[in-house]
Amino acid sequence: MSTEDLRIVWIYPDLLSTYGDRGNMLILAARAQARGIPVETIEVRSDQHLPDSADLYLIGGGEDGPQALAAQRLNADGGLHRAVARGSVVFAVCAGYQLLGTSFFAKGAKYPGLSLLDLESDRGPSRAVGELHGVIDPRLGLPPLSGFENHGGRTHLGPGVSPLAQVTTGIGNDGTSEGAWRGNMLGTYSHGPALSRNPALADLLLRWATGAAYLPPLDDSWAERLRQERQLAVQP
Amino acid sequence: MPLRAKVASSVSRTAAALSRAAGRGDGSVIGGWIGLKIDPELLAHLAQGRSVALISGTNGKTTTTKLTVAALEGLGRVATNAFGANMPTGHTSALAKAGATPYAVLEVDEHYLARVLDETRPRAVALLNLSRDQLDRAKEVAMMAQMWRDALAHHPGVHVVANADDPMVTWAAQRSSNVTWFSAGQRWHDDSWVCPECGGAIQRAGGDWRCTTCPLRRPRPHWVVEEDGVFDPSGAWHQVKLQLPGTVNIGNAATALAVAAQFGVRPADAVLRLASVTSVAGRYAQVERDGRLIRLLLAKNPASWLEAFDMAEAAPTLLSINARDPDGLDTSWLFDVDFSPLYGRRVLITGDRAYDLAVRLQVNGIPFEHVTTFTDAVDAVPPGRLEVIANYTAFQDIRAELDRVN
Repeated sequence: MSTEDLRIVWIYPDLLSTYGDRGNMLILAARAQARGIPVETIEVRSDQHLPDSADLYLIGGGEDGPQALAAQRLNADGGLHRAVARGSVVFAVCAGYQLLGTSFFAKGAKYPGLSLLDLESDRGPSRAVGELHGVIDPRLGLPPLSGFENHGGRTHLGPGVSPLAQVTTGIGNDGTSEGAWRGNMLGTYSHGPALSRNPALADLLLRWATGAAYLPPLDDSWAERLRQERQLAVQP
Repeated sequence: MPLRAKVASSVSRTAAALSRAAGRGDGSVIGGWIGLKIDPELLAHLAQGRSVALISGTNGKTTTTKLTVAALEGLGRVATNAFGANMPTGHTSALAKAGATPYAVLEVDEHYLARVLDETRPRAVALLNLSRDQLDRAKEVAMMAQMWRDALAHHPGVHVVANADDPMVTWAAQRSSNVTWFSAGQRWHDDSWVCPECGGAIQRAGGDWRCTTCPLRRPRPHWVVEEDGVFDPSGAWHQVKLQLPGTVNIGNAATALAVAAQFGVRPADAVLRLASVTSVAGRYAQVERDGRLIRLLLAKNPASWLEAFDMAEAAPTLLSINARDPDGLDTSWLFDVDFSPLYGRRVLITGDRAYDLAVRLQVNGIPFEHVTTFTDAVDAVPPGRLEVIANYTAFQDIRAELDRVN
């Protein structure tokens, strides 16, 4: 990226936006603009063609029916697969994270996913609802993950991906690991506006998308207070 | 009433009175709980012989219930659960406490609609809207619409008063043989982009909506809100003068008029009675403290925040957010709300989860000040109006604080 805008696509907000998922797009755009990076945000509805030329793609959480529909349409469209082949960044949350794998469960049936990440999801014994905290893969160089989860699925990682974090509070993938990443794709069960509590993760996605080795720091004192408050709230 | 029900009803009233006397709340839950333990069919027994209206939906049910009571009171005494205790224990307690009344208007939590329909055999049921609300524990919106649709299928005789502007409500009510449709406009659309019938995309244009792949579409409404009044089914327009703020309450008033019409109340008569409603369980109430005219608005979920911004005047505004059990533990919804209507106002924030709100407002580009207590907020603003918008337990905290001093 040089003089061109940073293009962020939010995939199917009509289907996958249940828990403030818009937040991730707003946060990324605000943090890029604060560094003087011009941004274009594009919301692509499920009845529209998905452009494959954007820098960063966001997929949010959703109910079972819309999740299955989104998988079907994304596979038929092929735009996201082409974008990933070009090296675009993908950040996926909750149902969107499950979609990236080879298969997932919705409405009691198994559906094929997008097969962009080596993982598959099934149903867990109970719904995972509550704070989700973890120590992030040291190779990503990030402070601990802080979030909230609400999902019925469990996700099993294959050898082709690495866990995003090791769980310290909550369930994540299976009570031990949480989320997954590979290359420029990253998924998490920390749902909704996951980046609101994880500004460093937001900046990692921006660095991946822009190729910038360094982004000047922003005033994250409110996010920092929020992180500390949630950390204290989950301490035994 | 069978003897068992009489005993249960009497014990229920006594328990409620004891609970009140002991300062343990208004007794509207405990009384009903004990009564139902003695006679599980107590609610059905208490409802017998009354003409009942039920009011349900995600937002506006307490206000619409109160407006409907006001509209029906010209006919005779009306029993109601005015304290917002909207589950069967609350209904049981309300009816036991009211004694014999010809009418009852009950606010019903949307999860309990099927059961309360079965037990109270209402003459009319009003379905206001369905949107995301406390999703960490509540049923997803589409599932709730399905539950309503199934429940109504068991009650072909009930008259349904339903919101034609809400695709989820329309689909839930659509198969009933007896529906009065109302149109009150809707600010919040983000839970109804997908057709509940076929999964196709819902298309909106102006106030109209339709599914792009199946026949589901907005029905022609019989009652239509326009400006500060409502058209009735005969085409006559009635100005609605309320002491409650906001266009959303004109819509709630229209719903109350449509329900009252099912009981034979003419809208021209009913509409005058609506102006008697001043505050609803402390909401919209204005309190003066140290020269500050404080108004409390409750906003529980994204749809009701949009309505609250519409009601609030351009004055200093305090936002208070908690995430305790009754609120839902998840604050993600803050990012579903666009706070930009507050831009240019002085904004103060407080509450258990003020930091979540701080991060949200920062992204929204809205300057704010954080205060640790409600009293600090009052001290921080000059004499004059202070608008307070809070979610459920934050609202209760501020109410208690104001009651304590005033």
